[in-house]
Amino acid sequence: MCRGDGLMSESEDVHAYTVRLELTDRPGELLRALEPIAETGGNLLSIFHERGNLTPRGDIPVEVDLEATPERFEAIVDALKAADITVIEAGSDRYSEEIVVVLVGHLVETDLSHTLSRIQEASGASIKDFALSAPEGEDAASSARLRMATEAGKGEEILGAIREIAAEKELSVIEPLGEVGR
Amino acid sequence: MKLAVLGAGAVGASVAELASQYGHTVTALADSQSAVVDPDGIDVSTALERKQTEGTVGDAEPDEALSGTYDVLVEATPTTLGEAEPGFSHVTEALSQDKHVVLANKGPVAERYSEVRKAEEASDGTVLFEATVGGAMPVLSTIADFDADKITAVRGVLNGTANFILSRMAAEGLGYEHVLAEAQDLGVAETDPSFDVDGTDAALKCVILANVLSEGTEFTLEDAVVEGIRDLPSSALDLATEDGKTIRLIGEVSDDGVRVGPRLIEENTALTVTGTRNIVQIETTHAGVLNISGRGAGGPETASAVFADIGRLPHEE
Repeated sequence: MCRGDGLMSESEDVHAYTVRLELTDRPGELLRALEPIAETGGNLLSIFHERGNLTPRGDIPVEVDLEATPERFEAIVDALKAADITVIEAGSDRYSEEIVVVLVGHLVETDLSHTLSRIQEASGASIKDFALSAPEGEDAASSARLRMATEAGKGEEILGAIREIAAEKELSVIEPLGEVGR
Repeated sequence: MKLAVLGAGAVGASVAELASQYGHTVTALADSQSAVVDPDGIDVSTALERKQTEGTVGDAEPDEALSGTYDVLVEATPTTLGEAEPGFSHVTEALSQDKHVVLANKGPVAERYSEVRKAEEASDGTVLFEATVGGAMPVLSTIADFDADKITAVRGVLNGTANFILSRMAAEGLGYEHVLAEAQDLGVAETDPSFDVDGTDAALKCVILANVLSEGTEFTLEDAVVEGIRDLPSSALDLATEDGKTIRLIGEVSDDGVRVGPRLIEENTALTVTGTRNIVQIETTHAGVLNISGRGAGGPETASAVFADIGRLPHEE
């Protein structure tokens, strides 16, 4: 979070970047897109592969969070383009705030992947990681932890979107407690 | 001072028992069925023994406690919601006689705050209620010292039973029902734990805080957004722990109103008290955040706050 504050002039400084790609629905495409990142020295943080959510052209939107120096990041974007990968958006430091919530309820029965893509769509946040715990089987309530990256100051908006979607699906949201004295 | 103590439960009994150590005389003690009254001071241990064996504290009618000789009414009857009776009428009756009132009962100041304040204005008596928020912890007096105007928000763990349950669930990976039964065996949770686990008790304390902080706008329990911990699976706590966090029942009072519910917090912060301990964080305009932590319930603990209030009452030299 907030990496590189005050260190912008140092070229060895590593930043967090988000790249939105659209991949043709063909085996091997995801790997083909990730290769240039790894080969150019980018550090992959997370990949969100929205398989169930095709673009009008039938492509699969993919969001990649990575860390790299500004020079390397430029090289990564060039390499992606050279490999004919559609780069929709490539930006630095777009996500500087992190929000973690725990969802509780009948997560599996209420279509978890739909819930997650709704949250991602409605809030504009990127889901960085996700963990599900349903130790008591499908009948009992299960829990899921979501870590989201968002633009600074957007936290309350995102929580609002999550609350709404959770209410529709009768899930409860355990929200983080904001810092005092913000 | 001469004290009339209404309510002979854990708090009322402790106030009566400890009064002499603080230089006060108990001139009346009443429960819902009976009273014992003596302008020169009642025999507290006899009355409490009788309460144990016969279920009554004396032969007088409960009403006689209110009309007897006393300087301060200590209202320690059980907290009731809505009309907050009979506590509310006890308060107004004592004030109409220009007596001081010290409350341990949350009902009147949570549900009918402005009426209590109005009755106080019309009286020579003063109303204090430190014991209603956070047991022994000096929360309301700290707010008064800092001036409610200079406080931007208050939050905290305000229910020991819920905190005990959540901290045990997190530490042992046990389910809610299991830990609740354990808490009941230990006497930490009541047979009917609803008031604590549904968040009502914490919400009442937050509503009282909101009333004190927002002089002018009145809050009642209905204005609070309240969520309890009954339906929290242990898997939610496991996921929080995996991420260096935990879940606690947190009460918040801010410009956004009053809110009580289970929240994700970092595992090792001032707010993350364990067991039945309570904590309140007061966010001030000029002095950052103050943490007050301690025992939020219990007879002698809550009685300590009652005596602190009695000490603050205006009195003739």
